[in-house]
Amino acid sequence: MSAPQSQNRHLPDRLQTPMARMLRSWEALLVVVFILIFTANSFASPYFLNVWNLSDATFNFTEKAMIAFAMAMLIIAGEIDLSVASIIALASTAMGLVMSAGYGVPVIVLAGIATGLICGAINGALVAGMNLPSIVVTIGTMSLFRGVSFIILGDQAFTGYPKEFAFFGQGYVFWVISFELFLFAVTAVIFYILLHRTNFGRTIYVIGNNPVGALFSGVRVARVRFILFLLTGLMSGVAAVCLTSRLGSTRPSIATGMELEIITMVVLGGVNILGGSGSILGVVLAAFIMGMVTFGIGLLNVPGIVMSIFLGLLLIAVIAAPKLIWRK
Amino acid sequence: MPTSAPVLSLRALSKSFPGVKALQDVQLDLYAGTVTALIGENGAGKSTIVKVLTGIYQPEAGEIFLDGTAVKFPSSEAAAAAGVSAIHQETVLFDELTVAENIWLGHAPKTKWGLIDVAAQRRQAAALLKSIGAKIDPDILLRELGIAQRHLVAIARALSIDARVVIMDEPTAALSHKEIQELYDLVETLKSKGKAILFISHKFDEIFRIADHYTVFRDGQFVGAGLMSEATETQLVQMMVGRAVDQIFPARVRNIGDVVFTVAGYSHPTEFADIRFSLRKGEILGFYGLVGAGRSEVMQALFGITKPSAGAVNLDGKVRVIRTTADAIAAGIVYVPEDRGRQGAIKGLPIFQNASLPSLTKTSRGGFLRLAREFALTREYTQALDLRAASLDQDIGLLSGGNQQKVVIAKWLATKPRVIILDEPTKGIDIGSKAMVHEFMAKLAAKGLAVIMVSSEIPEVLGMSDRVIVMREGRIAAELVGDAMTPEALVRAAAGLGEAA
Repeated sequence: MSAPQSQNRHLPDRLQTPMARMLRSWEALLVVVFILIFTANSFASPYFLNVWNLSDATFNFTEKAMIAFAMAMLIIAGEIDLSVASIIALASTAMGLVMSAGYGVPVIVLAGIATGLICGAINGALVAGMNLPSIVVTIGTMSLFRGVSFIILGDQAFTGYPKEFAFFGQGYVFWVISFELFLFAVTAVIFYILLHRTNFGRTIYVIGNNPVGALFSGVRVARVRFILFLLTGLMSGVAAVCLTSRLGSTRPSIATGMELEIITMVVLGGVNILGGSGSILGVVLAAFIMGMVTFGIGLLNVPGIVMSIFLGLLLIAVIAAPKLIWRK
Repeated sequence: MPTSAPVLSLRALSKSFPGVKALQDVQLDLYAGTVTALIGENGAGKSTIVKVLTGIYQPEAGEIFLDGTAVKFPSSEAAAAAGVSAIHQETVLFDELTVAENIWLGHAPKTKWGLIDVAAQRRQAAALLKSIGAKIDPDILLRELGIAQRHLVAIARALSIDARVVIMDEPTAALSHKEIQELYDLVETLKSKGKAILFISHKFDEIFRIADHYTVFRDGQFVGAGLMSEATETQLVQMMVGRAVDQIFPARVRNIGDVVFTVAGYSHPTEFADIRFSLRKGEILGFYGLVGAGRSEVMQALFGITKPSAGAVNLDGKVRVIRTTADAIAAGIVYVPEDRGRQGAIKGLPIFQNASLPSLTKTSRGGFLRLAREFALTREYTQALDLRAASLDQDIGLLSGGNQQKVVIAKWLATKPRVIILDEPTKGIDIGSKAMVHEFMAKLAAKGLAVIMVSSEIPEVLGMSDRVIVMREGRIAAELVGDAMTPEALVRAAAGLGEAA
């Protein structure tokens, strides 16, 4: 039997070292952009290089970033959740109701997180259970969730949260490290491990690259999708606790439009909007970049609308850069 | 046979991709009214040359001559305008458009207002379809057509741009026996219309039946060309693989044991009914039938993709309920799908992540990945299959079809299955990889694995199987063993004909 002989050539594990790969990555580009923006800001305003100012600046992105981590996983898996800001509104409303009924801080926090989980479960059940397209489902629940809080609140607001509740959005853990910044760091590490170091994270990439192939490889595709929506709902609930605590009140218009800022952050972080690739590190860097841009421009007393023009241009510039640089 | 100057020639053409020289100094000549077969293993550069000829890839060096004048095809429009048309492996047509719209897309007849002249479009489409003997209504949506009819539409489209060069890239890969005959007739029609035809195929009987000239590529290089009438099969195979392949099917060490797997009364509301068979340790059970006989559907139900309406499976004496693919894999039943690109390989992810995917619970610890184990597992299982790649972290999508198939097979073997189902395991892969897969299957059976092989190629079914089940219209039409396994018996059972007179 002399069919093709196997020469047993040795295949290397990798052609590039992880370091070489890192240097050519999207994340490396983001680090460069971050340094540029940081330097520009420190020249533009004398108030920029102050630890307390910088610490304040992190409030610009911590809540969004916590949701962005879960959103990144969802987008890598080829899904999306446009209802996150509405989940915040509903979760915040639920907290207000519980607070009005006289419950204490633990129950208020629990109500926010539980509402997030329930909303996530609704999205997940519709998308994963009934196999509906997530963009349509979450456009629907986006109106639904916020609509419910409008019905409950009308033009009223819940105020008068207990003093201790302020800790989640205004408190400091250590020196200039706010509770939100601390929570941001902890969730970044958890999501990094979940996406890049576990079997679960691997299946997210598999589903994002080829959902049919995933099914044919024994991946429980529907279950993974459901869990991802649940996680996104959970993080929206957590963000709702922080945001409500920081603002000290609940209005039905809370966090309006935040879903687009979160998706911007995810895409800026190098996550492929069509699914299949991206990293948590990229999202962390994108969060810092967006926070610094917003803060820097704010220090220059530029109005908010101009700020959104800058963020839009930044997104387009960063997305277009590799296509221009590496065209050949 | 015309001996005039070629309509289209390529000279000293080169094209490379990162890490791969896809074409190196190749040449090719196509003559009017003549079929030229392009022969080569997967990875020989056949698909690349099709893409160069249709303006999708730009060569780095070399020239394309059309009627002796040097031309360039900077875009697919330019290639089409020059009269080059391709009918691809997976034909590029649009499901949601009508047949007439598909034929005329991009160059539809216009009214004086510049709008598409729908009536003329339909009329001309009908005329084109008639000229190639296709009985297809130009008004129906493409998605209602089968693969064979789609090919006819693609050919009508090629004629609609008044193509002088028609490239047919594995046109028969998904066709039934009867449809292939019709395609041959069509190629004759195209020849008589003076078209220069480039015919790419892995099937030798087909090439000998239809081609006038041949050109052989190996590893991106030109090996030789000549007249089919002066070539022999052995000669061509040697040119292709650069070595002698003395036997096509490996000798088997038959080591058949007890029944391990029994399927009883498997039924589905629409696809199949009352499927019952048993499989022994070390046995290769062939499933033969025409395309659409329900073989893949049965296999996918056994693998937990679709749910049967009735029936039971028994593995190692225990009744198993298989509701999901994860259940099937846990039970030790794995499936190497026919549609490798969509169902088998996870393109975009590296080789090692593809190979370790169903074994992640074994390579990981407490749900956490252990990459070193994944690499080791991948190396262990791909080495035996002689995988050809640059490294194990290369995107599987960059490999040739045969090598992708090796990774897919490796990923299932790594789960240490009891029953492996291979659905058209050698479809569309080159002769070298094919022999490799066959040899490997024989080894697996010898080691005691129970193998089910779905195949539409009679020589493969007969050459590899210990026993053959023939399916027709969703039911088992015949079960053949030993001397009863003849090509004639298979064809008769599959077509629903009675015993030979």
